[in-house]
Amino acid sequence: MTTLPDVSTSAIAGARWRPGEIAFWIVVVACGFLFPSRYLIMTDIVRLALFALSLDLILGYAGIVSLGHAAFFGVGAYSAGLLALHGIINEPVVALVVAGFAAMVLGFFTSFLVIRGVDLTRLMVTLGIALLLEALAERFSGVTGGTDGLQGIEMQPILGRFAFDIFGKTGFFYSSIVLFLLFLLARRIVHSPFGLSLRAIRNNPLRGAAIGIPVNRRLIAIYMVSAFYAGIAGALFTQTTALASLDVFSFERSADLMLMLVIGGTGYLYGGLIGAVVFKMLQELFSTITPQYWLFWIGLVLVVIVLVGRARIHRWALWVPNLIIRQLAGRRAVVAVPESDPS
Amino acid sequence: MTTLFTILFDGVAYGMLLFVLACGLAVTLGLMNFVNLAHGAFAMAGGYICAVLVNNSGWPFFAALPLAFVASAAIGMVLERTLYRHLYARSHLDQVLFSIGLVFMSVAAIDYIMGSSRVFIKLPAALEGQFDFFGVGIGRYRLMIIVICGLLTVALQLILARTRFGSRLRAAVDDPRAAIGLGINVPQVFAFTFAFGCGLAGLGGALSAEILGLDPYFPLKFMIYFLIVVTVGGSSSITGPFLASLLLGIGDVAGKYYVPKMGPFVIYTIMIVILIWRPNGLFGRTAAR
Repeated sequence: MTTLPDVSTSAIAGARWRPGEIAFWIVVVACGFLFPSRYLIMTDIVRLALFALSLDLILGYAGIVSLGHAAFFGVGAYSAGLLALHGIINEPVVALVVAGFAAMVLGFFTSFLVIRGVDLTRLMVTLGIALLLEALAERFSGVTGGTDGLQGIEMQPILGRFAFDIFGKTGFFYSSIVLFLLFLLARRIVHSPFGLSLRAIRNNPLRGAAIGIPVNRRLIAIYMVSAFYAGIAGALFTQTTALASLDVFSFERSADLMLMLVIGGTGYLYGGLIGAVVFKMLQELFSTITPQYWLFWIGLVLVVIVLVGRARIHRWALWVPNLIIRQLAGRRAVVAVPESDPS
Repeated sequence: MTTLFTILFDGVAYGMLLFVLACGLAVTLGLMNFVNLAHGAFAMAGGYICAVLVNNSGWPFFAALPLAFVASAAIGMVLERTLYRHLYARSHLDQVLFSIGLVFMSVAAIDYIMGSSRVFIKLPAALEGQFDFFGVGIGRYRLMIIVICGLLTVALQLILARTRFGSRLRAAVDDPRAAIGLGINVPQVFAFTFAFGCGLAGLGGALSAEILGLDPYFPLKFMIYFLIVVTVGGSSSITGPFLASLLLGIGDVAGKYYVPKMGPFVIYTIMIVILIWRPNGLFGRTAAR
């Protein structure tokens, strides 16, 4: 029984807010006030960040690979769109949560397919589910609007007070607040005993089961949480753009998501957030250079990252910040170093 | 009744084509445990090479086909030696990311070089139209595909079963470590097989331009089909993928004919069900590696 206090103290120590994290969120808020002309793209980044956060929860913490995370994004997007279009729930915040739960239900039913099998089967099954939903959405075009997408969505003001404006100011702050709240929740989850048990499962499922962790139940639970997050991200997409089309399910969306997480690093929650910022900036940069062929450069970035090695790139990227912090504080770096990725 | 036979015929042609396109992937996955989502890019390369040769340089179609094979195999060989071999020991996630990156690059590169519209290959007159066989309409082009792919399949089976290279390859698939211990140069075997698989994909791409359509998004559109063939068929032999391709081809053609509104829905559902039921593929052995 002597190890118990050690585990809890280390868990509590790990959960403590670091200066770097506080600085990160201050920068986020500052961006909202410093660049008033860039609300639309910043909203996009915030949405992507939330989406990447949801993948990080299963990939970085539970070791579940997914090539079809867009399925949940799409379900959230269409749920929010349909709720608003038919006036079922006019309050955006409630609709957001309902859309998240819709994705969560899908997550619950598909989790049984996903927790079975090895990496390859998981990749195939998740990809298949996303493609299946895309085919379904196309098939039932009477409900989803088919290839035209849902049109004529009109969002009501948030909480009846803050109307969505054309510059996207409301959208940005709305998305950022949602992201921050869900981030707090995710942070709480991964530093809880539940989160620790997930990491045990990721590192060695067999040993996890042997020390008494109900592996399948934990995986289903985190998969549902992740689906909820992705659904919320999708709903935010619909609410802030007043649009939902078939491409919310597309393979490219899932692949881009993977890229974001790979850029940012998995398993420390900020990876998805940083990755989303870098990815969006790269995308903007490439599409200003070559509007039509930016896909090539995105592909090249992926190939280079994998060939050089993800861990090595993160070490290079963190070298300068670590150096600065060591100079200033005179102790070992407190910059979050990404954990090694699950194989 | 005759429609049934026509569907069966078209389905078999389609399935054979899928087999030629995907069997290289089966070997890559089975031998090196490498998830190569970029396999379709090699098929696309073969298709475009054939299209350029036939349409722009005026080569006869049947002369361009072998060249599509050789060129794709060469591209495959170069990429294997320069890029792929660094990734064999990496995790599946890394391999998936890497090959998705390659797919993106190939899509944009072909779009840049050849334009984004669908490309047609000019066929010789002998291959156009169809003839009547006991009331069943037989497309000449599809008949040719069945003949070519059938011969290829037989040849592949013979190579695998009868030649020394075939037995080395099978040994390497079954247990790479023991094969290395017996003095088989597994990386070399793999490089050849990889190039050969890419060549077959290129040939398949050239043949499929007429049926599947050839545009820059080919690798993305048909990636799932190749993966279905391999995962459903299992990657331990070529009979598995062959039967899986036939099933998929006939199922897809029949599905599109009888329940056109359900689209690809049927195929994806079948795939998920099979993967849940037999995670190692319908015809795969249960030995997990």
